Amino acid sequence: MIALSDYLVVSAILFGIGVAGLFINRKNVIILLLCIELILLSVSTNFVAFSHFLNDMMGQVFVFFILTVAAAESAIGLAILVVMFRQKKTIDVEEMNSLKG
Amino acid sequence: MVNIETLCLAVVLFPLGAALIAGLLGRYIGVKGAHSVTIFAVSVSFIISLYLSYVLYTGDATSFNFNLYTWGRSAHTDFQVGFLIDRLTVLMMSVVTFVAWVVHIYTVGYMHQDPGYQRFFCYISLFTFGMLTLVMSNNFLQLFFGWEMVGLMSYLLIGFWFNKKTAIVANLKAFIVNRIGDFGFILGIAAVFYCFGTLDYAIVFAQVSNIVSMEQAFTFSANITLPAITFICLALFMGAMGKSAQIPLHVWLPDSMEGPTPISALIHAATMVTAGVFMVARLSPLFEYSDVALNFILVIGSLTCLLMGLVGIVENDIKRIIAYSTLSQLGYMMTAMGVSAYPIGMFHLTTHAFFKALLFLGAGSVILALHHEQDIWKMGGLRRKMPITYITMLIGSLALIGFPLFSGFYSKDLIIEAVKISHLPAAGFAHFVVLGSVFITALYAFRLFFVVFHTKARADKNIITHLHLHVHESPAIIWIPLVLLAIPSLIAGAFLVEPLFQDFFQGAIVMHKLHDGFAVLDRDFKARGGVISMTLHGLRSLPFCLGIAGIFTAWFCYIARPGMAEIIQKRLGFLYRILKAQYGFNLFNQWLLARGMCGLGSLFWRFGDMWLIDGVGVNGLARSIEKFSQTLRRIQTGYLYHYAFVMILGFLCLIAIVIGV
Amino acid sequence: MQNIDKVQPLIFYAFSTLAIFAASMVVISKNPVRAVLFLVLTFFATAGLWMLLEAEFLAVTLVLVYVGAVMVLFLFVVMMLDVELTSVREGFARFLPLGLSVAALVVIGLVFAVGAKQFGPDIVPAPIAHAANFSNVGQLGILFYTHFLYPFELAGVLLLVAIIAAISLTFRGRRGTIAPNPADQLKVRKEDRVKLFSFSREAGEEEMPRLMRAGESTGRTGDGGGEGI
Repeated sequence: MIALSDYLVVSAILFGIGVAGLFINRKNVIILLLCIELILLSVSTNFVAFSHFLNDMMGQVFVFFILTVAAAESAIGLAILVVMFRQKKTIDVEEMNSLKG
Repeated sequence: MVNIETLCLAVVLFPLGAALIAGLLGRYIGVKGAHSVTIFAVSVSFIISLYLSYVLYTGDATSFNFNLYTWGRSAHTDFQVGFLIDRLTVLMMSVVTFVAWVVHIYTVGYMHQDPGYQRFFCYISLFTFGMLTLVMSNNFLQLFFGWEMVGLMSYLLIGFWFNKKTAIVANLKAFIVNRIGDFGFILGIAAVFYCFGTLDYAIVFAQVSNIVSMEQAFTFSANITLPAITFICLALFMGAMGKSAQIPLHVWLPDSMEGPTPISALIHAATMVTAGVFMVARLSPLFEYSDVALNFILVIGSLTCLLMGLVGIVENDIKRIIAYSTLSQLGYMMTAMGVSAYPIGMFHLTTHAFFKALLFLGAGSVILALHHEQDIWKMGGLRRKMPITYITMLIGSLALIGFPLFSGFYSKDLIIEAVKISHLPAAGFAHFVVLGSVFITALYAFRLFFVVFHTKARADKNIITHLHLHVHESPAIIWIPLVLLAIPSLIAGAFLVEPLFQDFFQGAIVMHKLHDGFAVLDRDFKARGGVISMTLHGLRSLPFCLGIAGIFTAWFCYIARPGMAEIIQKRLGFLYRILKAQYGFNLFNQWLLARGMCGLGSLFWRFGDMWLIDGVGVNGLARSIEKFSQTLRRIQTGYLYHYAFVMILGFLCLIAIVIGV
Repeated sequence: MQNIDKVQPLIFYAFSTLAIFAASMVVISKNPVRAVLFLVLTFFATAGLWMLLEAEFLAVTLVLVYVGAVMVLFLFVVMMLDVELTSVREGFARFLPLGLSVAALVVIGLVFAVGAKQFGPDIVPAPIAHAANFSNVGQLGILFYTHFLYPFELAGVLLLVAIIAAISLTFRGRRGTIAPNPADQLKVRKEDRVKLFSFSREAGEEEMPRLMRAGESTGRTGDGGGEGI
C-alpha cells in the first residue's frame, strides 16, 4: 500500500527541485516563474494527499483556490516580465539588480 | 509716623532711590541733576545717622532691633529684612555716610567732564546703599547681601573706565579674590544655620554658650575634628580676609587703584575694606569663644601689617603707596580684633577712615593738578604751589603715623598697648610687629610727603615740564572736602577716646573675662586721668620715638642726602627686589593658579570636549553608523536568487526546529 | 482488490518518477521552450497522481485549466520574447554544488519532518473506500455552492483583477497615432511657450537675441520662432 508518507516524500522532492531551480538559474527569468509553479504544485499535491487520507474535502477545496491564485499570479508575473523585457531588452536575472543598495 | 523704623528705612532707601534716578534717568537730568539728587540723598542719610546716634547716646534705649519684611519662608526658618541699630551700628553708619558725603562733593570736581559722570554717581550711591544695608542688618543673610552688593559696586567702580585694559583686569581680579573669600563666608553662614537653626543675630548670640557647651564639632576626613564654633569663626574670617584684604587675599587692593581716586578713598580706604573688621566686631559674641580663631586673626593681621608696610617703602605710584598703607592699617585693625580689643579696633577704623580718605583725596588733588600724573618722582616742590593740599596732607600723614594729639595716635597707641598685655600665644610676635610697623609707617608716609611736596633739591635734577610751572591749587570743590576731612583727622581721636572708655558699645560687643585686654586698658586710662595725660604720656613712649625716627630717616634719605636712597637700594638689592615683587604673591597667583586653571580648561577642551565628546561621541557615533550602514548595505544585492536563497535558509532553520523539537 | 494492491504501487512509482524526472529537466533545460514543455509533462504526471488519490475533478482541472491555459500563456510569452539562447549557461556549474546541496538539505529535512515516522502507514491508516457511486465532483459541487459560495465568487473577482492588472501593465496603446494627450497638455508651462525679448532699435545683427529654432523648448513651436514683443 502506498502510505501517506510516500506521497509527502514525492511532494518534498518536487519542492526541493523547485527550490534548487530558484537559485541555480541565473540566466532566465522564465525558469524562475516555472520553478514557482513547481513549488505550488508540490504544495497542492500535499493538500490532496492529506485530503484523501484524512477523508476531509477541505484539502481539495483549498487546492482549488491555490490553482486559481496561481493562475492569476503567473499571468501578472508574465505581464511584469514582458514590461521588463521591453525596458531592458533581456531576461537575464543578473541584469535585474536595480534595487541594489 | 517719624519713628525709628521709618528713619532706618530712609537711611537705606534714599541713596538707593538717588542711585536709580541718577542711573536710569541720567541722560534726562544731566550732570547737575545727577549730582544734586545723590548728594541730597547722602546728606539725608548722614543727618539721620547723626540723629540716631544722638537718640542712642542720650536716650534710654541701647538698641533697636526689628524685622521689617519677610523676604522668604522655608520649612526651617523665615528670612527677614530687618535692622539692628546699636552703638556699633550708628558709629559705622555715621562714618560711612560722612565719608560718602564728602566723597560725593569731591567727585563733582574730580569727575568733571568725564563722560560717565552720572553713572559714577549712580554707582557710589548704590555703594552707599549696600554698605548701609551691610552695617544695619540684623541677620546673616542681609549681611551677606550687603557684602555682595559692595563687592559688586567695587567691581563696577574699579572698572569704571572700562576702555582701559588694566582697569578691566584689575576689577576682575578684585571680584575673583573677593569671591574666594566669600566661599569661606558662605560656608561660615551655612555652618551657623546648621548649628543654630536660624540666621538672626539676636537668637544666635543668645545661644552661643549653649552650643559651645554642647561641644558640637565638625569632623573632616583624616580624623580632623574642629569645634563647631572654631570652624564657624575661621570660615567667616575667610570672608573678612577677602573683603578686608588680609594676606593672602590682599592682592586685589593695590590693583584696585585703577579706579578713579574718589572711590579709592571711599571704598578702598574708609568703608568697604573695613566691612570685614566691622563683621568681626559685630560677631564678637561668636569669636570670643574660639581662641584658635582669635590667634589666627592675630597672626594674619600682624603679618599683613608688617609685610605690606614694607612694600609701601619701595613703591613709586602715589596711590599705590597709600594703598599699601591701607593694607598695613587694616592689619592693625585685625590685630586689635585678634587680641579681643574690639572697641579699640573700631576706634582705629573710625580715625583711619578720616585720615586715609583725606590722604587719598589729597593725592587725587595732586594728580588732578598735574594732569593725571601719578609717579611721585615726576612730582616735587608742590609746597608753595598747592598750600591747602599741603597742609591737609600733612595733617593726614601725622595722623597716620600716630603723632600725639592727632587722631591716629590714640587709636594706634591703644592697639599697641592692648597687644602688649594680651595673653594669646601669638601676642609676642604681634607686639614686635606693630611696634616695627610704627617706624615703617612713618618712613613711607613721610617719604611720600617729602618727595611730593618738598625735594627742592631733586627738582633741579628732574625734568621739569611746563606743567610744573603752571601748576596751581585745585578748585574749591576739591579742597573743601579735604578740609572737611582734616578736621576730624585732627580732633576725632581726642574727642572720642573718653566716650570709648565709658562703655561706648554697651553690649554690642562682648568680651570674655579671660580676654581682659580692654578691661585693663580701661582701668589704666581712668587711673591715669584721661585724655590729656594720655597725650603727655604718649610723648614719652616708644612708639613716638619710633615715629620720630621714621620721619627723620625719611628726611635724611630724601631731603638731606638725596643719593642715600639709591645707595641703600643697591646694598640691599636682594631685599629690594623681593619688596618690589610684593613677595611674589601676584607671580604665584598668575603662574600657578591662573595658568593652572587655563591649563586645566585647555585639557578639558582638547581631551574632554574635542576628543571625547566630539570625536568619540558625536562624530564617532556618526561614523560608526555610517560604517554599519555600509556593511548592512551589502545585503541588498538586488539579485532575486540571493533573496530566495536566504529565504530557503530560513526555511531550513524552521525544519530543523520542527525535527529537533 | 489484490490486483489493485499490486498495480497501485506500480502506477504510483511510474507517475512519481516521471514527475520528478520532468521537474529536473525543467530546471536543467537551456531552452526555455523546452523547460515549459517539461513542466507540462510534470503537470500531467502529477494529475495522474491526483487521480490515484481519488481527486478526479482536480486532476482534470489541472490538465484543462492549468496546462491548457497557464502553460499555454507561458509558451506565448516565451515565444514572443525573442530571447537569445545562451549556448552554455555560464556559471551554471559554479552554483550547482551549492544549490544542489541546499536543495538536498531541504529535501532531507522535509523527509525527516514528514517521513514514515510521522505519517507512515501505521500512524495514518488507509482511508475507507467509498461507495461505487461516490462522486468527487458532486461532493466538491455541494461544498462550493453552499458553504464556500462567497470565496468561490471572490475567486472569480480575483481572476478579473488579474486580467485588468495584466492589461494595464502591458498595454501600450496603438502606435503611430497622433492623439492629444490631455495630461501633457495640462502640464505645459508659460516658459515653454512664450519668450520675451527686449532690445534697442539700433541693435545690429550680432546683438539680436538668439531666437528659438523649430523644435526647441517643450511643446510645438509651429513656425521657426519669431520676434517676441
